[in-house]
Amino acid sequence: MEIVEALSQGIWIALQPHNLGLAVIGVVVGLFVGALPGLGSVNGVAILLPFTFVINSATADPASPMIFLAAIYYGAMYGGAISSITLGIPGASTAVATTFDGRPMALKGEADRALVTAAVASFIGGTVATLFFTGFAPFLSSVALDFGNPEIFALMLLAFATFIGLGGDDIPKTLFSICFGLLLATVGFDQISGEPRLVFMNEREQLAVLETFGVANADESVPFFNSVGWFSRGIQFLVLAIGVYGIGEMIWTINASRYKITMTETEISFARIMRGIIGMKDAWKGTTIGSLLGFFVGILPAAGATPGSLMSYGVTKMISRDPKSYGQGNPDGVAAPEAANNSASTGAMLPMMTLGIPGSPTTAVLLAGMVIWGLEPGPRLFEDRPEFVWPLIGSFYISNIIAVLVNLAFIPLFLWVLRMPFTILAPVIFVLSIIGTYAAYDNMYDVWLMVLFGIGAYLLRILDYPLAPAVLAVVLGATAEEKLRQALLLSDGNFEVFYNPFFDRDGKGQEWWIAPVTTWIALILIALPIILWGVRKLRGAPRPTTE
Amino acid sequence: MTLIKTLSMGVAALSMAFTATAASAFEPSKPIDFVIMAGKGGGADKMARLMQSIVEKEGLASKPLVPTNKSGGSGAEALSYMNGVNDPDHTIMVTLNSFFTTPLRQPGLKVDIMEFAPVGRMAEDTFLLWVHKDEGIADFDAFLAEAKKRGNKWVMGGTGKNSEDNIITDFLNNNYDLEIKYIPYKGGGAVAKDLAGKQIQSSVNNPSEALGFFESGDVIPLVAFTDDRLPMFPEVPTLKELGGDFSYFMQRSVVGAPGMSAEAAAYYTQLFRGVYKSADWQKYKSDKSLMGEFMSQLDLADYWDTQRTRHTTILKASGAIK
Repeated sequence: MEIVEALSQGIWIALQPHNLGLAVIGVVVGLFVGALPGLGSVNGVAILLPFTFVINSATADPASPMIFLAAIYYGAMYGGAISSITLGIPGASTAVATTFDGRPMALKGEADRALVTAAVASFIGGTVATLFFTGFAPFLSSVALDFGNPEIFALMLLAFATFIGLGGDDIPKTLFSICFGLLLATVGFDQISGEPRLVFMNEREQLAVLETFGVANADESVPFFNSVGWFSRGIQFLVLAIGVYGIGEMIWTINASRYKITMTETEISFARIMRGIIGMKDAWKGTTIGSLLGFFVGILPAAGATPGSLMSYGVTKMISRDPKSYGQGNPDGVAAPEAANNSASTGAMLPMMTLGIPGSPTTAVLLAGMVIWGLEPGPRLFEDRPEFVWPLIGSFYISNIIAVLVNLAFIPLFLWVLRMPFTILAPVIFVLSIIGTYAAYDNMYDVWLMVLFGIGAYLLRILDYPLAPAVLAVVLGATAEEKLRQALLLSDGNFEVFYNPFFDRDGKGQEWWIAPVTTWIALILIALPIILWGVRKLRGAPRPTTE
Repeated sequence: MTLIKTLSMGVAALSMAFTATAASAFEPSKPIDFVIMAGKGGGADKMARLMQSIVEKEGLASKPLVPTNKSGGSGAEALSYMNGVNDPDHTIMVTLNSFFTTPLRQPGLKVDIMEFAPVGRMAEDTFLLWVHKDEGIADFDAFLAEAKKRGNKWVMGGTGKNSEDNIITDFLNNNYDLEIKYIPYKGGGAVAKDLAGKQIQSSVNNPSEALGFFESGDVIPLVAFTDDRLPMFPEVPTLKELGGDFSYFMQRSVVGAPGMSAEAAAYYTQLFRGVYKSADWQKYKSDKSLMGEFMSQLDLADYWDTQRTRHTTILKASGAIK
């Protein structure tokens, strides 16, 4: 067994004191970077990249800098769940889906269980992905190559299909939510033609409007209005997510509780943590789906951990026997996205290392690091630089173990946040939402937009519109549109490229099965609930109540 | 734009000419916004991130460069962002040839590239024609025969619409009577991956983008769009040798946002001259078959002027602009 030998050697090198120390520091740094709203793994890795040059010259080990950065990446994936659960604000875009059920669990007084579930699911997801990575890296990178434009669009369609069921029984409202998200995703510059879309006015026209309202010299006196053509920057995903979950949910909670919100006093003890770990058996479904689906989505360049975690949540809910318990604090709903984002972040390393294409913003920074340390990511990396690759893979195993232990150890500290009186916690959440948005994009325009989304989300929430599908649509909308249009350019506008395996793409009469199979599954998943809903309406049967 | 703004910009441009060589008094007071005019994983992206790493490694700047990708609409997003940025002294951008073509195609953006500060040209990148080895095509003539046979089922992937890759594809179509279909991608990395996966039939990637799959034996270069053969691919003929009168290069330049002060522009020129001279950059340049010497300030502005004229001609010929 060549692989086992190489791997055990790799693990041995990763266990050397300097590498072990770097992994511990990296995980702790990552945990806190991930837990702070607005800062995600990409910020942590980018800020600490310079530090790796010091590491590189201090240790002669080529893998050390990468071990450090990969540990930050992992730590952040664990950390993102913490503010999602305790504060209800997603710590990073990868942890948005964790708020869906993590926050309700915390409100029910099960914050400790939610945090333990998140940590253990993350560990399992990360480890499963690392095992796949170890065993099948070359094979998996060839799978990634089989996914062209039609295939990736079909996959996006599948993701949307899983979310039809996400909004509960009210399918028209879910569809509305998805369409609203897609609309937001089109704002800004068209990726293909470069034409601005839905920007309403260019900067000059906006200024003219302001001047008619009596704001003289608007560009100098009102700094906010001086930002580049308001909507031409597009709608950033985190702006919507923080608005919806930070501001919108918070107003909803204040209103629903009539200012008398009482956090259940969450005790923490070794016994409770152990009980949480044993309780994982109730979340095995989410963990399994998250680990597998997250990894698969992660290895496809252009996707990454955020869509992976959202899709896993959708699929877990869809196949659940009790889909109504999702969004009310179901441990499976925490386990699925957390297993998935860790699994996907390991998965995203694969195209970065074997194809030289980063699957996520964080891996783009890691790629840059590798270039400057003299490593050339690409198809030959595994053969040319085993002294780098195997210790790194070894460190994936080790970092995961460190991360889960560190995370469990810090849980009492995170729970302390929850013991703060709500009258203090609520303003803190508002402030963190604003700082987080500003930190992420460095622009007040996005902050105002975030507040606007928060208020809008609150109103939609009162009207019982599900918002998760809109968030998903914003994440996937841009990629889905780009792939749809590239695929249609390929087929001269013929939609057969998506559903007909015999459609001749390249003039050689080849058959293409991946896209059609995926598309048909997606179409069936979309059609089924709509038909069932229609049948129920026609029969006039009473709709099952959501409460 | 107010009159004062226009005037001050004119003054800045004038004074820039005089102080270009003087010692710079400017020091960045906060992290520098380092915009990349293309998507992740492409040639521009890799290069920008390398520049950032070199600045960090050699300690060339007192404040870090923070790269952000603005890939939308073949650079339209990045150009429009640069045009209205609040703090031009802390905003620089890595550009490609879409710096010339996008403002020509989209006058609505109201971008005048001569208002940007010419910080430094780091290299000129080269283009080759690549096909997958499984196509069984050994040379340019075989490529022409096969592409002609398959008509518009032969697909060329490239970065952006009416960009460098599109210009070369148009040239091939117009001069060799082909109907190659061009599909725009966000970055060269995605193009290289789809060629290796046989999702498309050919690309005109830069060497830095295709090198990985060339070394693994998946893709092969057929012809170089340069004046002389590239040292890295001595077997690959240039199009000129094969009778085509065409060569095409891509600038890899760093520019400052419109309205950048002369002192700041001088500072960044100094900074990137340092990057250019570093051993890491020189190694990257020869490893990736990059050409061209460092160029800055007035020389670079002249170069932009020439290139803009040339691209106006090219785009008019292909019908992209009137």
